[in-house]
Amino acid sequence: MSNEEPDDKKKSPENTYLKTERGEEIMHIMQKGAEFTHELIKENERLRFRNAQVEEINKTLEMSVAGGVGTDEINKLLKKLSSIEDEKEKLLEKYKAVEEENKDFANRYLEIEAENNNLANLYVASYQLHSTLNFNEVLRIILEIIINLIGAEDFAIMMLDEKTHKLSAVATEGIDQKDVPVSVQGEGIVGKAAKSGENYFADPLPPGGTPVDLNKPLVCIPMKIKERVIGTIVIYKLLQQKEAFNKLDYELFTLLAGHTATAIFSSKLYSESERKLSTIQGFIDLLTKQPQK
Amino acid sequence: MAKYQILVVEDSPTMRQLITFSLKRLRDVDITEANDGVDGLKKISANKFDLILTDINMPIMDGIKLVSLVRNDANNKDVPIVVITTEGGQEDRDRALALGANSYITKPINATTLLDTAKELLGM
Repeated sequence: MSNEEPDDKKKSPENTYLKTERGEEIMHIMQKGAEFTHELIKENERLRFRNAQVEEINKTLEMSVAGGVGTDEINKLLKKLSSIEDEKEKLLEKYKAVEEENKDFANRYLEIEAENNNLANLYVASYQLHSTLNFNEVLRIILEIIINLIGAEDFAIMMLDEKTHKLSAVATEGIDQKDVPVSVQGEGIVGKAAKSGENYFADPLPPGGTPVDLNKPLVCIPMKIKERVIGTIVIYKLLQQKEAFNKLDYELFTLLAGHTATAIFSSKLYSESERKLSTIQGFIDLLTKQPQK
Repeated sequence: MAKYQILVVEDSPTMRQLITFSLKRLRDVDITEANDGVDGLKKISANKFDLILTDINMPIMDGIKLVSLVRNDANNKDVPIVVITTEGGQEDRDRALALGANSYITKPINATTLLDTAKELLGM
């Protein structure tokens, strides 16, 4: 089978016309392509030129920066940039320092606040203890301080009899006074604390809800005038919400050890002097009174 | 006259002094003290208070009764009340709050907690 067209078809005028028209179209497309290629070449040249220009500017700038030579403006800007960077670093350092200082101030404020609170408690305790010369009132104030400032629920104030060397309860809270065992100085926890003058703290504190054992106190504070023990404060149970002793509690115990002793001693002396004064007054009245006729 | 009037109802002079001493650190407050619930109630009927702090265990009239009476008093039913007590049990706390106390603080008190509570209730 031949691919060639038949001779009558090749030579027809219609066929010739079609061929010419198609050729013109191809020529037109080719021309357009040539124009487009030409434009592309031109654009390419323009871009290469622009690229060369930019590279030249970059080189100049790099040389200016590296060599320190360049326009005044660039130098000025670089200097300014450098000073701003320095300033920023300094400000950041200063900010850090201020922040540290602030933290320090905040911590110190909290410490001072806590110390202030502690001092308030100590001041009130001391003020109240020395606000009266009545023995029973002094005892009541000691009870109040131990309940409200320490947070104890069951406790006793025991006085030492210097003749028998025995300690017995004179005031209690939460327990019956007659249930508190009498202690002999030097024996048992209470007696030993009264002998040595040293505070006793159970370590560790038994967990909340542990039944009270009157022979095993949690705390025993000897009440002392200098080295002379006049009695003890014995705590058997703390309030439900009181789980442990803090710094303030120990300071309060120290205050109680000294100030309760002087308050109790002064009030006793005062009561005795009042009684003696009354007796003497009665005796003087008896002597000076004119016998009735 | 100070901007805020505070009433402290507490039978223990030691606690009363400590609470007053702490509250005096607040600015612009006047503090009135009462020895028990009855004394407190008298002072409440005679003055207008912005905050009441009361103990629970007191002679003559306890703090719970006082809270209840204040809440039923048309003139004072909205006054904030802080209960300060040795009773640390949840039941006691719930009872006081159910009766209308705004806050419940257990002894031994922490002055910072007390001041923060007072400031909050006074809107300081």
